[in-house]
Amino acid sequence: MKALGNKDEAIRQLREKIMEMEGFTQSMSTPSTSLGLGPIESAFPSGRFTLGTVHEFISPNPNDAAATNGFISGILASLMCKGGFCLWISNRRSLFPPGLKRFGVEPDRVIFIDLKREKDVLWAMEQGLKCSTLSAVVGELQEISFTESQRLQLAVEQSKVTGLLHRHNPRSQHALACTTRWRIFSLSSELEDKMPGVGFPTWKVELLKVRNGRPGEWKLEWKNGRFNQLPLRKEQTKEALFPRRQQYA
Amino acid sequence: MLKRFLSLWFPYLITDRQLIRQPALREMPFVFAAPQRGKMIIKASSIPAVSLGIRPGMAAADARALQPDLLVLPDKPGLEEKLLQGLAEWCLRYTPVVALNLPDGLILEISGCPHLWGGEEPYLESITSTLKSKGYHARAAIADTIGCAWGMARYGKSTIIAPANQRQALLALPPVALRLDAQTLDRMDKLGFSRIGQFIDIPTPTLRRRFGEATLIRLGQALGTAHESLEPIIPQEPYVERLPCMEPILTANGIKIALAELLKTICLRLSKEKKGMRKGIFRGHRMDGKIEEISIGTNMPSYNPEHLFRLFSLKIPTIEPDLGIELFEMEALLVEKISETQESFWHSTGNDVTALAELLDKMAGKMGQHTIHRYLPQEQHWPEHSIKVTQSLEDRPSSEWKTDRVRPLHLLTAPEPIEVMVPLPDYPPLNFRYRGETLKIVKADGPERIEQEWWLQSGPPRDYYTVEDESGKRYWLFRLGLYEKGDPEWFLHGFFA
Repeated sequence: MKALGNKDEAIRQLREKIMEMEGFTQSMSTPSTSLGLGPIESAFPSGRFTLGTVHEFISPNPNDAAATNGFISGILASLMCKGGFCLWISNRRSLFPPGLKRFGVEPDRVIFIDLKREKDVLWAMEQGLKCSTLSAVVGELQEISFTESQRLQLAVEQSKVTGLLHRHNPRSQHALACTTRWRIFSLSSELEDKMPGVGFPTWKVELLKVRNGRPGEWKLEWKNGRFNQLPLRKEQTKEALFPRRQQYA
Repeated sequence: MLKRFLSLWFPYLITDRQLIRQPALREMPFVFAAPQRGKMIIKASSIPAVSLGIRPGMAAADARALQPDLLVLPDKPGLEEKLLQGLAEWCLRYTPVVALNLPDGLILEISGCPHLWGGEEPYLESITSTLKSKGYHARAAIADTIGCAWGMARYGKSTIIAPANQRQALLALPPVALRLDAQTLDRMDKLGFSRIGQFIDIPTPTLRRRFGEATLIRLGQALGTAHESLEPIIPQEPYVERLPCMEPILTANGIKIALAELLKTICLRLSKEKKGMRKGIFRGHRMDGKIEEISIGTNMPSYNPEHLFRLFSLKIPTIEPDLGIELFEMEALLVEKISETQESFWHSTGNDVTALAELLDKMAGKMGQHTIHRYLPQEQHWPEHSIKVTQSLEDRPSSEWKTDRVRPLHLLTAPEPIEVMVPLPDYPPLNFRYRGETLKIVKADGPERIEQEWWLQSGPPRDYYTVEDESGKRYWLFRLGLYEKGDPEWFLHGFFA
């Protein structure tokens, strides 16, 4: 009966405990591991991009896949800033290693595993996520079931490795045991004073789902080795500009 | 116990080896030369060349003046040592103690061996004639001391010096037979000493004052009054372990026990030598005479039996014991030194790299080594050639990753042809059609011209453009060829982030 009095307190403590179990601990994201995502990080319950969990990225076509990989590389750069290796497991890799250098990732620190079957990609990802010496594991594939995503989540809970799951043109976007779901689109680059030429990589970052956080949309560019937030114009937020596929609606 | 030494001298070591590989050169004068202070200096010359007066130490240009059609081959540093090592291992059939005597000889300690060949004469004859039949010119001499045998092999007439007779034998030899340095030899020449006999009786203090302590030591070593040590070669034992079975093994469990047992013994030896296995093979000799084998490779040398066992055990199901396996054999085909420096390489502990290497081995064991790629930069501009694959985790980039030119994040394995509309030559296209879609180009950078690497391939150059379409997607396009020279083709080669 004593507990009833502190009901609110008990709920708060339980909530904290659950958050901790889900990987949202404050201690893990010390200032040095802040990814420089700026306002996006405030969408997370802890105020920092959560490490040691699996994040899901969805890209509907090859072009957005490049944008997504660009965003992933930007995250990798901060994850790998202290050295260490990263695994890039894929069954459809078109990533060109020298292109990573622009996003602050040393291409020789990335070990690519090119497999044919998605089953093998998942197996390799699970093995990689269990290896706590890795800085991160990136996996590129099309389909993954809820159970398979749970296996990945179980693997990271032990090792605290960050997993980045990049799904290319998935048939269905059912719920997964991932902390977040992102969609990244290319936006036209902005140059000062209408200068000619192509500018810095610019993306619209959609955080569709984040556990216990607030989803949102932002416009980012990769400039001088870090993310830089830009104001998102009204028409760019419109769904009409990037018509979603029927299945998704 | 009385010691006897045999000194072997190969006066034409390197040229003999060339003749064994290229018998057609037998009648031709040829030399090996290496650059030294901007000149090509002859390091070794063949017998026909020597007969023309071309000797090691001459400039190749001077030698060409003597013999215009002289063939000059590049000298490989370290080749002598490699050849002598091989010859020394071969000589182990004559005596267990063989030492290298760089740059052109071997020293064999033969105490207690010649009687097996019927005496010293047939023994020496057997060595030189076998070497000659293999194509190596060799001279040998036997004496009580290394110094005396060395001098007799190179400068003496008789080849076998009777025990305790080295003083007599040395008298007629030139001072150079004592292995003295060039400065001392020069001084002796000035003083008119052309035979060892001329100064061997001079009192020791006088000799020491005139020619230094080194001369006395060399003289003592030749006479047998000073000690000289040998550093015998240690032949490399192959990394093979065998395990015979009392009864034929039929079960997977039995194979596993044998595997674990063999790995334990081989890893014990590897860990003692601070070496690790890179490639290993596990064989099972079956009752019917067939051999079943499984092999593994690792990304980093390893002597961890548990890790190696895990790699092998993935493949155990492919072994067919049939009637049973009666003998197991484990061989390390490729063994490498475990480097101690890898910790500082990656700013992380050695365990980290080991754990990663073990993870990769596991993946390679299941999916194949060809699925794992790590890339290093290559100093070439052609985009497809700008990276190279490395198998090792410890290779460091030999050059920086280039950032001066923008490279796309995604590159198509083969450039895809596109249809374009171009306003003027050397301008970026206004729009292009890719997979049935017309994309209007709003922004563009370029061109960046990349010429063909003419030493590898020929063809027109590529002019690369970075373009952005209306919706903000960024592409890497190139034009193959020039508008002045016919109709160039356009391709899409990559996507930018």
